[in-house]
Amino acid sequence: MRVVLVICLVACKHAAPKAAEEPKLDFSAPWVDPEKFWITGAPPPSRPLSDALANANAPTIAITGATILTAAGKRIDNGTIVLEKGAIKYVGASAPAPAGAIVVDGKGKVVTPGIIDAHSHLGVYPAPAGKGNAEGNEMVGPVTPQVRAEYGYWPQDPQIERALAGGVTTALILPGSANLIGGRGFTVVMRPARTAREAAFPGAPSTVKMACGENPKRTYAEKGGPQTRMAEYAAFRAAFAEAQAYAAKQGAYVKARAIWEDKRKRAATQDAKRKDGKTIAGEGAPEVVPVDLKLETLAGVLRGDVLVQIHCYRADEMAQMIAVADEMGFRIRSFHHALEGYKIRELLAAKQIAVNTWADWWGFKLEAYDGIPENAAMLTEQGVRVTIHSDSAIGIQRLNQEAGKAQAAGNRVGIQIDDNTALRWITANPAYVLGIDSVTGTLEVGKRADVVLWNTSPFSVYARAELVIENGQVAYDKAKGMRASDYELGDSPLDRSKP
Amino acid sequence: MKGAVLVVAFVATTAAAEPIAIVGAKVHVKPGQVLDNASLVIDKGRIVGVNVPAPKGAKVIDGKGKVVTAGLVEALSGVGLVNVDLEPQIVDGRFGPLDPVHADPVHAGYDARDGFDPRAVTVPVARGGGVTTVIAAPAGGLFAGRSAAFALDGGATPVRAPAAMHVELGAGGATATGGSRGMGIELLREVLDDARAYGKDRASYERNAKRRLIADRLDLEALQPVLAGKLPLVVYAEAEADIRAALRVAADYKLALAIAGGTEAWRVAPELARAKVTVIVDPTANLPSNLEASAVHDDNAAVLDKAGVTVAISTLGGTNGARVLRQLAGNAVAHGMPWARALAAITTSAAALYGIARGTLEKGAVADVVVWSGDPFETSTGADVVIIGGVVQSLESHQTKLFERYRKR
Repeated sequence: MRVVLVICLVACKHAAPKAAEEPKLDFSAPWVDPEKFWITGAPPPSRPLSDALANANAPTIAITGATILTAAGKRIDNGTIVLEKGAIKYVGASAPAPAGAIVVDGKGKVVTPGIIDAHSHLGVYPAPAGKGNAEGNEMVGPVTPQVRAEYGYWPQDPQIERALAGGVTTALILPGSANLIGGRGFTVVMRPARTAREAAFPGAPSTVKMACGENPKRTYAEKGGPQTRMAEYAAFRAAFAEAQAYAAKQGAYVKARAIWEDKRKRAATQDAKRKDGKTIAGEGAPEVVPVDLKLETLAGVLRGDVLVQIHCYRADEMAQMIAVADEMGFRIRSFHHALEGYKIRELLAAKQIAVNTWADWWGFKLEAYDGIPENAAMLTEQGVRVTIHSDSAIGIQRLNQEAGKAQAAGNRVGIQIDDNTALRWITANPAYVLGIDSVTGTLEVGKRADVVLWNTSPFSVYARAELVIENGQVAYDKAKGMRASDYELGDSPLDRSKP
Repeated sequence: MKGAVLVVAFVATTAAAEPIAIVGAKVHVKPGQVLDNASLVIDKGRIVGVNVPAPKGAKVIDGKGKVVTAGLVEALSGVGLVNVDLEPQIVDGRFGPLDPVHADPVHAGYDARDGFDPRAVTVPVARGGGVTTVIAAPAGGLFAGRSAAFALDGGATPVRAPAAMHVELGAGGATATGGSRGMGIELLREVLDDARAYGKDRASYERNAKRRLIADRLDLEALQPVLAGKLPLVVYAEAEADIRAALRVAADYKLALAIAGGTEAWRVAPELARAKVTVIVDPTANLPSNLEASAVHDDNAAVLDKAGVTVAISTLGGTNGARVLRQLAGNAVAHGMPWARALAAITTSAAALYGIARGTLEKGAVADVVVWSGDPFETSTGADVVIIGGVVQSLESHQTKLFERYRKR
């Protein structure tokens, strides 16, 4: 009986395209740690973000007759969107579907970009939460920039299917906030996979998670500190001072290496002319700077290659972090949680630091005591880029509703937040926070085909995602129900092989 | 001095139970009974009726375009007990596996009435979300203790206390009993047996002429109304096995059982319906987070309701988050529960379970009323007017005051 409930809701309303096949494993380009390249002084290679756009396996899909909210300022009634080879081919007024396209009737429905969550622990704090699979916090020391969420990410976490059913196509998976510097984040496409690499968002820039305030204090008060906020900021400064010295050594090495290469080239020419058989080109190369994975992450921050994501609640603490960043010479991409952001909204706007926050969480600890539901609206009004994030495997499933609540909170006090703005909180703005806004986050021609078809306004409590399309392929189809994770096979209401 | 001012303010609000007429609104008299463009009349703290003449001098509230429901009843709450989760000074009724005084997991004698702070910072925030009554319930240990129902009008007198006895099975209860769920059930039966023995012959207990009883005297005393079937026993259980065990215990001892948590309750729906067991659920709890209870799904509430089980929707102990109660109801609707049943699940279900005469707008009911700007479950809707016991409540809170202070440029 349960099974019937799940299956037959939408089945007959449109000809649903086929769900994506199991992705094929790609062994063509084995993962290479970019740090390795520092041994020779070469810059770390990075896949171009444009790799996220093309998808040879994606069919042509046309959604017609729908209300399209582009998150790029437009609302198109009775519009058509055409997706081809993984990217958006057309978005605009009603248009005929291309020949051979899978046509989805969007009448009475709403199309938006895929939802992006700038703060998630899916895969590193998975369900089931057993003793054996909690990966989010390396709580052996407060400064662990060498660790990566990617290494702990379980790509078969049953929470992934549920987030996907909530319309989420991309998320930033972060280490937890027990540590001051918790490690690198991992930008993923929201899809179950067999390897972490399969789930990686192609070409997404690297990120690092930092945290100030109560959590590191609580974790390390009796484990050698920091015991106070005083020690926290001292530790941040010490870590970056060390990183500066390391980066300087690397810089000196790169320079010396270039001089040496040049000298060797010239010497080789001279050697070729010599007749005595002696050579001068064999002179020793400058000594390589040994790679330090801890400092490598921080040096990346100083170079601007690694986007800084900081968990901070209180206004005064965000100001302290800004002071540390200014002194040490790095930029903060965004603050996470930032419940008191509204108190320093001018500062955040001036520094162009984005804010990821909740619609209405507050009060679970003292540093969260002054959270108010108007935070997102007030910051937006000030010109700060705001996202509504989840930090929760439950919350990630309805970020659309959370944006709706934060929108309503603004509107009720006279800070008008239109649908486009509220939609950007969960699409375009988190794309910016993750550094992938050039390829996703809005419905514009040429962007990645990350698209959700909703049964009604996405901000409604009754909204359900009917189709979730990633890179042009259907990743979730409500008519077919949620895919059971491997963990749940054989023992789950999702596994329909059993009543 | 400060205390005196507070007391005066409190008296001033309770004294203001003037007659009220909410006119031109869509009124949900009770779940399933809706009247459009109706007038709701309140006097002397009670509902006078719908579309009846208003008393002279009644305060008129324009309800045009608005929706009126009974105040929401949160069936399992931490409001007033847990004020800031991570600050133990202002957390009450949250126990570790062993009660620190008696070093056992049985603290049936705990009374949430004594731990409840009617002026907690969470109270006005919950009220602003249309929650007018909470059942403040303890958690932790095997016998967590007794809950108390409070109206969120700042009053220190409970609506009902004790409201229920609370027990934890599953992983939580098992932690308290050496990691074994079977041991948890064994201890549960042992304590109930002891309470029965104590109740039959208190005199020999007082003479110290009784076999050793494993619970303390006030715990045994607190369990008497539970054994008499007069005080509900709310068992927190997620897994099917634990729910079935609770059903067996309740049948053996003839207890008035309710299940809280209940993520796998849908698997036991017919049995729960037959035994008339209310199930308190969070309809968004759809993650297989616990190894013990993996069979979870979004339509738990809908399936239970369809099978005839009385469902109460709850945040399951939420405090600062109590105001999302209506959003939880909306999500149950989005996953198949009829709208009126979801309204019942946040009003009448809990009221009936705990024996509180609230949760409807029928003639003679206590006037706990919310005027909503629209569909109460919708994200875009707010509570415009909140009335408790016939008195219009202030919607100011720590949060609204912060907003006002920082709104100024």
